[in-house]
Amino acid sequence: MLATLLLVFREVLEAALIVSIVAAATRGVAGRGRWIGGGLAAGVVGAGLVALFASGIADAMSGMGQEWFNAAVLLAAVAMIGWHVVWMARHGRELAAQMQFIGREVSVGHRPLTALLVVVAIAVLREGSEVVLFGYGMLAGGSTAGGLVAGGVLGLLAGTAVGFSLYFGLLRIPMRHFFTATNGLLVLLAAGLASAAAGYLVQADALPPLVDMLWDSSWLLTDESLVGRTLHVLIGYTAQPSGVQIVFYAATVALLMVGMRLSRLPAPEPAARLSQSA
Amino acid sequence: MRLFLPLLLAVFSTAALAEVPTHRLVIRDHRFVPAELVVPAHKKIKLVIVNEDPTPEEFESHELNREKVVTGKGTITVFVGPLKPGRYPFFGEFHMDTAQGALIAK
Repeated sequence: MLATLLLVFREVLEAALIVSIVAAATRGVAGRGRWIGGGLAAGVVGAGLVALFASGIADAMSGMGQEWFNAAVLLAAVAMIGWHVVWMARHGRELAAQMQFIGREVSVGHRPLTALLVVVAIAVLREGSEVVLFGYGMLAGGSTAGGLVAGGVLGLLAGTAVGFSLYFGLLRIPMRHFFTATNGLLVLLAAGLASAAAGYLVQADALPPLVDMLWDSSWLLTDESLVGRTLHVLIGYTAQPSGVQIVFYAATVALLMVGMRLSRLPAPEPAARLSQSA
Repeated sequence: MRLFLPLLLAVFSTAALAEVPTHRLVIRDHRFVPAELVVPAHKKIKLVIVNEDPTPEEFESHELNREKVVTGKGTITVFVGPLKPGRYPFFGEFHMDTAQGALIAK
């Protein structure tokens, strides 16, 4: 049961941190519960499908299907986050002002929420498929279903609790700086996901590592520690990154910063872009 | 990401041509056999991992920066290196109490 608890906790934690940031970034947006719930549900279904077709995915692309699949979904998540932060750079200020003014939820149109639904779904799908494969293996290996379920539920609760604490921590950021802060977090999250995607492409031998281990900070913070894992999700921390991962990381930050700056340039039209929710 | 596409394609086509030495690792009863595998340092190597168990496993190594699921009775290929001489632990994430091993790069 302990092994199950720990594994489920690790996987749920990673997904929960991402979902928390998305939940915070959509604070005050009308109907966001439905979007996030939809993302979670799609992720769970996707996790089952990925686990079901695990060997098909693994055998694709001359045995490198897993790497390409992971890299593709990670880069899709990066694109979706990019879309959202660029959009928010333009509208975040109005959104915050309007929320303070009317003191309740505002509707911002569904486009950026679709983007974040995809991000939530991808996070759940990636971590969830590992849980499904693990659980299947444990059952096939003769573990009792009771221990598996107990460990799974406890792991799920513990991981979700960490996610909720991050979420409520983020809500304490003053409204004036709130969307700047969540946008910053999303940029770092996207950069970390891009770096992870590069890692998978190196693993598939499709990208050169450039430098196999650019630095080694495992003496300070290991990847397997709780703090290391958390920072891995939040800012893409890796104790021993390859050179190309850092290139992807820096390129993502640079691209998103430029995108945010460009989208901020033209004068926004507050009334036309935002409509009050009825 | 558009910046990377030409680079990616160029590298992909050259990487496919390179001849890479192959090393084999077996998963049996949720253990790696051999538990320590000596591989050449300063060289890219191809690690072929054969899962003889009927249950899935995830080959993972923080030191090698690798993570890959191998299904029950499945086989995966993982490229690693070029490595500096040293010890690179890896483990099976689904059976961490028994599935522990290391690459020794010499």
